[in-house]
This record gives sequence, C-alpha cells and structure tokens, in this order.
Amino acid sequence: MTRLIPTLAGFTLAAGLGLSAAAQDDPVKAAFVYVGSIGDFGWTYEHNESRLAVEEHFGDAVETSYVENVPEGADAERVMTQMALAGADIIFTTSFGYMDATNNVAAKFPDVKFEHATGYRRDHPNVSTYSARFYEGRAVIGHIAGHMTESNIVGYIASYPIPEVIRGINSAYLHAKAVNPDVDFRVVWVFTWFDPAVEAEAAQALIDQGADVIMQHTDSTAPMTVMAEAGVIGFGQASDMAAFAPAPRVASIIDNWAPYYIDRVQAVIDGTWESTDTWDGIAPGMVELGEMTDAIPADVRASAQAIAESIAAGDYHPFTGPIARQDGTLWLDVGEVADDGTMLGMDFYVEGLSGEIPN
Amino acid sequence: MGIDPVTLAFWLIVAATPILLAGLGELVVERAGVLNLGVEGMMITGAVCGFIAAVHSGSPVLGFLAAALAGAALALLFGVLTQILLANQVASGLALTLFGLGLSALLGIGYSGISPPPVPRLDLPGLSDLPVLGRILFSHDAMVYLSVAAVAAIAWALRATRWGLILRAVGENPGAAHALGYKVVRIRLLAILFGGALAGLGGAYLSLVRVPQWTEGMTAGAGWIALAMVVFSGWKPWRLLLGAWLFGGVTAAQLRFQAQGIPVPAELLSMSPYVITILVLVLISSGRGMAGAPAALGRPFHATG
Amino acid sequence: MIRLEPRPVPSRLWRVAAPVLAVALTMVAGAVLFALLGKDPLAGLRLIFWDPLFDPQFAAYARPQLMVKAGPLILIAIGLAMGFRAGVWNIGAEGQYILGALAGAAVGLAFYPSASPFLFPAMVLAGALGGWAWAMIPAILKVRFNTSEILVSLLLVYVAEKLLAAAALGWLRNPEGAGFPGSRNLARHPGTDNPVLIDAIGLHWGGVTTILAVIAAQILLARHVGGFQLRLMGEAPRAARFAGVVPGRVTILCLGLSGALAGLAGLFEVTGPAGQISIDFNTGYGFTAIIVAFLGRLHPIGILLAGFLMALTYIGGELAQLMLGVPAAAILAFQGMLLFFLLAVDVLTGYRFRFGRGRAAHGH
Repeated sequence: MTRLIPTLAGFTLAAGLGLSAAAQDDPVKAAFVYVGSIGDFGWTYEHNESRLAVEEHFGDAVETSYVENVPEGADAERVMTQMALAGADIIFTTSFGYMDATNNVAAKFPDVKFEHATGYRRDHPNVSTYSARFYEGRAVIGHIAGHMTESNIVGYIASYPIPEVIRGINSAYLHAKAVNPDVDFRVVWVFTWFDPAVEAEAAQALIDQGADVIMQHTDSTAPMTVMAEAGVIGFGQASDMAAFAPAPRVASIIDNWAPYYIDRVQAVIDGTWESTDTWDGIAPGMVELGEMTDAIPADVRASAQAIAESIAAGDYHPFTGPIARQDGTLWLDVGEVADDGTMLGMDFYVEGLSGEIPN
Repeated sequence: MGIDPVTLAFWLIVAATPILLAGLGELVVERAGVLNLGVEGMMITGAVCGFIAAVHSGSPVLGFLAAALAGAALALLFGVLTQILLANQVASGLALTLFGLGLSALLGIGYSGISPPPVPRLDLPGLSDLPVLGRILFSHDAMVYLSVAAVAAIAWALRATRWGLILRAVGENPGAAHALGYKVVRIRLLAILFGGALAGLGGAYLSLVRVPQWTEGMTAGAGWIALAMVVFSGWKPWRLLLGAWLFGGVTAAQLRFQAQGIPVPAELLSMSPYVITILVLVLISSGRGMAGAPAALGRPFHATG
Repeated sequence: MIRLEPRPVPSRLWRVAAPVLAVALTMVAGAVLFALLGKDPLAGLRLIFWDPLFDPQFAAYARPQLMVKAGPLILIAIGLAMGFRAGVWNIGAEGQYILGALAGAAVGLAFYPSASPFLFPAMVLAGALGGWAWAMIPAILKVRFNTSEILVSLLLVYVAEKLLAAAALGWLRNPEGAGFPGSRNLARHPGTDNPVLIDAIGLHWGGVTTILAVIAAQILLARHVGGFQLRLMGEAPRAARFAGVVPGRVTILCLGLSGALAGLAGLFEVTGPAGQISIDFNTGYGFTAIIVAFLGRLHPIGILLAGFLMALTYIGGELAQLMLGVPAAAILAFQGMLLFFLLAVDVLTGYRFRFGRGRAAHGH
C-alpha cells in the first residue's frame, strides 16, 4: 500500500480542490453499494427505492450511482475505491459484511463520507453507521399474530442466527405471548437471505405443522404465495409486499431509508456532515408499518396502532422487564428496559421459546 | 403434532418436479454423448420467459410452451457452439449458465412482485379419492403427471425403440454410428434442443407453480442439482425419478424436522440433502460402478473423411 | 455447402488472431446490448476494456486489482487443468477453496494473538491441507467405490458453504464482534496477514504462488513424463494402463493437487483481500476457474491470459455499472457472450472452412 497512498492522496487532493472551486455548481455525488440485486423486492430493493427518493428530492443538485450484486470482502473494497476515485462525495454501503471494507477505504479517502448500514465500527471520522430498530415493528406484528392465530402456532422463517434476527424473534414472541399465553413459535432456519424455492418450502413445512400465521425474516415474497394458497396470513418484510394484500399480507414492516439518506446528503451539501451512529425506529420513519388490512379485526388494528404509537412516542420499549432468558435466568427486572449493547449482541431466546439457536 | 407422511410425500413430489424435468432433459443429452453444464442457465431463462408469457396471455399453458421454446433456443446456442464449431462442451455449458443468468435478469426487469395466472390442480377422476395414495400421487397439477409420464416415455424409448438405440449408439460410439450412416451431429443437436426444452419447463415450473413468481436468480442452483441427479441416476430415467424424489424428500423433511422442533442442529439438517445424496450414491455405485456413463460423454465429434 | 476441414497442423496465426477476433465480435454484440438498454455503447465498451487499464482516473488503482482478482482464478484453474487433461472432473473447487480458507483461518485464530513469523507459513500449509482433504473425499470415493467425482465434488460445495456459515456464525466468530457473524480480521493482524508485496502490480503471496504454479505446470507439461501420462490417461485410458499409469493414483494426485491449489487460493484470499471468514466469503472463483481453465485450453500460459481477461471484465463491468448505470445482469450477459465468441472462434485454429462440395465427394 505504501506506494499507492501518495497517488491516491494526490488524486483526492486534486479532486477536493476542483470541488471547492466549483462547489456551487457541481452536483453532490452519492454512490450506493448493494449486496443483492435491485430487483430482489426486499432488502436491496428498498435501499434502491430510497436512492431514487434522494434523486427525486434533490433533483439536479445530486447525482447518484450504484453497483449491485457486490460480494462482501475484496470486491466490495474495490467497488468503494472506484466510487471514491470517480468523485463520489458520500458512499452508502448497505450490508453488514461491508464493515471492514468500508473502514479500509475510508482511511484512504478522508474527504469522502462513508455511511455503513447495520455495522458498529467507525474507525475514522468520515465513517458513520446506521441501522433500523426493526424489532419495534416486529413487536407490533407479534401483537397482531398473537391475536390472529387460532391454532396457537406461529411459524417463523429465519435466515441466519445473528442478533438482528434473534431480536426480531424475541420481540415478536413476547408481544404475541402478551395477548395469547398459549402461543407457540416454530422457527425454521433456512441459512439464506434469499432463495425463493427454499423459503416457499419452509413456509409449507410450517403450515403442515399447523401454523396459521407466518412471519419471515428472509427477503423474497415466495412464502406469501404459499400462504395465499393455504389460507394462512403473514406480514410483508423489508418491503411492503402490497401485491399480496389484503391477505395473506395483513400488515408489513418496511425499511424506509429515504429520510435518513436525504438527511445525510443534505448534510454533505451544507458541509455539516459528522460521523454519527444512528439506530432509528418507528418514530423518525426508518421503520415503517405498512397498512393493516381489513383481514385484521378492527379492535386488533386499533391496539396494534396504539403499540406502534407508544413506541414512537418513547412511552414504551418492546423489551421492558420482567423478561427472563430461555434458561429461566432473569434478564430484565420489572420495569427495566433493555440497553442497546445487549440488544445489539443478542444471542439468546427469551423464556417460552422452544428450540435452540444454531451454534 | 408429528410429521404427516402423506403431506410430506405430496410436497416432495412438487419440490422435486423442476429438478426432475431438467434432469430428464440433461439425461437424454448425455445419453447422446454431450455434456451440457448450462442447465441452470436454460432453467432460469425458461423460468422468466414462461412467466412473462403466462402473465401476458393469462394462460399457464402458453407460459410453459414459451419456457420450452426459450430453453431450446438457449440450448441451440450451445448446440451450434459445441456441435458445429466444435467448442469445448464444459466451458460452453458454463458460459451458457452465465449468459442465461444475465439474460433472464434483464428480461425479467419489471416482472418482480407480480402473480402469474394459477395452474390448476388436476384431480384424476376416481384415483384422487383413493386413501393416502390419492392425495400423494393423484391430486397434482398437469406438469407433475407430465413429468412422470416423460420419465416412463423416455425410459421406454431409450430401451425399446429404434430412436433410443440410435441415440445411445451416438453417445457410446459416434464413429461407428456415423459409419452406419447416422447423422451424428443432427441427432445430438436434436437431443440438445430437447434437453433445453425440458430445462425450460423445469424453470417455468418453479416460476409458475412452485414459488410462483419471478425473482432474479430464483433457480438458486436447481440446475446444478439436476446435473448431479443425472450422474446419480446412472443415466437411467427411473433412477433419476428416485434421485429427485430422494433429494426433494430430504429437503422437505429437514425443514419439517426443524418446524417440529426436533433437537438436531439446524446446520446439520441443512447439509443433509447433499450428504445423504452422496451416501446413497456411494451405496449404489460401490461394486457395480458407473457402467451407465455414455462412453463418448463430453467428447467432441467431427466427421472426417 | 460449407464444411469444416481439419488442418494438418493447428494454425499459428489463428491461435493469436482468434482471441482478438472474439473480443472484436464481443464488442459489436456488446455495443448492440448496451444500445438496447439505452446506454452509450462506445462508453460502455471503453469502461470495460480500456479504462481499467489506461484511464488516468482509474488505471493506477485498477491495474494492480487485476492481479488481485485474476490470481485466485489462475491458481485454481492451473490445478483443475491438470485433472481435466487426465479426465478427472473436479467441479467442486469452490468447496475446496472454502475449506482451505477455513483451515488456514482456524490455525491463525487458534494462536491468536500470536504474531510469530512461523504462524503464516503454518496457515498456508493448513490452507493447502484443507483444500486437499476436501478433494480427497471425491478422490477416495472414486477410487474405492467408483462413485462419480463430478457429483461428489459438486455436492460437497454446498456442504462446504454450510460449514462456512456455521464457522462464521459459531466456532470462528470474532469474540469481540458484538455477536455479529464473521471472524476476526486476519489481514489487520501482523502474523496472520497476507500483505501486498509490490503495490504497482497488486502482488501478494497468493500472486507469488500463482506465478510459481504457472511455471511449475509449464515445466511439468512440456518436459516431464508426468505431463505426458496425464494426457495419455485423459485421451486413451487403456493405452495409459499399458504404459504403466495407475488410474487410481492419477485420480488421487489430480484431485489432491487441484484441491490443494484451490485451498491455497482460499487461504491467500481470506488472509489478504477478503480479510476474514464471513458467511458469503466464497464468490464463485472455483466455478469461474473452470471456464478459465478451458479458455486457456488447459495450457498454463493460456490460463494466465484467460484469467486476466476474466478479471478485466469483472473490474470493467463494475466501472460500467458505476459510471453508466448498466445493470449487473447486463455485465453477466456480456461475459457470457465474450465466452461464447472465444469458444466459437477457437475452431479456426484447428479447422478451416471449405466452401462447395469439393473433396467431400469421396466420403463424408
């Protein structure tokens, strides 16, 4: 690297000078690195929708570009470097696995701002991290699921046993259990974020085991079609999946990155951008709840809405004690709320969930 | 609640059908002495073309037809490369997979999140009402019956017809077949087209029945499994059916084990379809060996003289 | 009527001219593709083939990246080519690549935070052994039970992917990683890292190994009896047996060698460019290397060139996406077309076209 750095530094310096000279006219360049394809209708699709929202909001003042299907690791690092070389002012890296690559490239381009989704490392002053409190949304749909299940079996299609996913299962379970003490969660780990056929299989397996409400933490809409045929209900994940409303999709959790992206690009334009760590939920609209359809009884809709509103208002935290871990030990005492650190590293089920987390 | 073997059996047949169709096509191709590793590419192109045609026409039948044509069209590309221009088969097949994955994603832009017209279940009169078997075997959609019928037809054709004899001769000893006056290249091209059409149907079964929707990369390796199943079958159609059902069965069962909360580590269960397939193949092949592999498989043929 | 007639000796002219013609044809077809997508065709071609090499803005960075990207492809392809020559079909290099990375990383992490100068060599050894051991499964099953190595090596890729996920989530997970999947970063720890040795050409220890492998393969094939035996076994197994070649031993050797090289590629990748074990650590090098092996006509120098060409289309393809908004799918289709043309024009080396019925009168 020793010989490369001077060339790069020289280049960024030149670019920086050019930019300041023509700062008023030159559009700000925002670049996005996607882990999937923009047609996945889930995770990457929503990031790209938010990119388009940035374009819409700023018009000619901002130029955006993206590279999709970028594998984590060396390829991601190269794509980010090329973006910086191409004159990007701010680069959004939208997968957890980009964490080290983002920080590596940020070290080489101190004038470029980096925004890393769902990570925790900000090694340099030009790196921010951002993530969404999806568990807030999962509390609301857990509440709905608890009310709606008649077999008392709720199926859960889980991707990988990571804190993000475990948090979602715990949050959904606690709120289903609160309204339906007999509820039982069946979790199937599919070890993929996106494989329509396997996701459909998993949904079918859960239905055959008696589940009449299914949640998914994978990105394709394949389970929805299986649910439609079997007459069970589920929830949109990552994107609204409105094509499946009013049933089987009775509600949804939407990742809406647009407000955050617009904010951050604005900060670059204003010159006020700073390294931050953002973990937003329902309140600022990063986690959005899609329309609840008439398939849900009016009173359940109302109570679900009330939960969402009290979370948004800060009156209620989805992990409020007393909560015990699966092994019976106390996690949160009465009235105690979970701290972000524990939630970020969550690797245990709460009491009442059956089965084991893989590994 | 335990695992209901009847629903499990029903679903494993559904899950196995795309692999079965694509594998059956590849089996015929390989019997003609050609190794086409582009199954994944042809499947996914079939999946998207079938989906588009079905959505626009409202008819799943037209969808499957279009899928077969699209698969055959892609196969034709492979055929021209390998049979006429004598390009390497392994590399051409892999290139076909790359090309098919790219092409299908381009064609499919704008078709995500749409539902295709439903493919009706075809209950066979009388048979569907049989206890147990009626549910497992006789309440499927037409494509399932068609795929099983195709297994029977191809098994019979390979064994007992003149066509089958010629096809096998071309795969075992193209030089001799040529000397006897058979058009080796033409026969191989026809086999390749047939293989492409069946791969296309397999893909469309995913996008129109199994999943049913279009998403980029949705075959997610099914074509590779189909290829593995052809080897597994020892190039015999009925054993291919068995292999596809075994693989589909283990896949479906492992998810059900999980759903039921059986305390076996999930990551072990998720490996099980592959491991069990290998173990069963070892059991089958030990002793008797791979006698079924066509002698000229993968070798180019050029008539000199 | 047009027919193909074998040349008595392969054409030296076409051996060089055919790939050039193929690239030219790809440019025409690619231009049509880009135009259909509403993108400037010339800009697209320039971004893919020219800018990574010569554009002042990108080349200084992209050129060394070619080596980084091509290295593992070439290293794996060299091993595979030896087997393919002998008719040993290892389709599962991707799995051996994963196991090499896992084994090497496991050794490095077992001794963490040691920075002993012996650690990296030990990891390299473990990487080679990991890939070798994974390839021994199909090899032994083939020799002992006559089970197809195509099927076993291919299905073991999927098993390896599950092992990788389990390692990233479990036994190799970074204990200081706040519960997130993925191992410690090996590239950031002295003792376990595989640093870039020469910046200008992006050379790390993997690149060094790749160059050595190319040279060794060249010597083996050109000057050593082993190279002849490999070819003999692939082309005439019965004759090979008479010549004293033991097929079982060749199978074990070929699978072992290609597995070890794939394992090394994985080890150098995880300790260098990738930095860590993660759920999606493998990105298809093992499959792409099969194409590279055949594009290079199973010949070491050919593989070297083919590897760099593939790497160029990857890096240029990313630039085309970034600068022009070409979808990733179009780049895949473009790569597919390039391969089609390369494979198609190859026929000109060994054959020539004849028009009219000509000599076909006697026979055909």
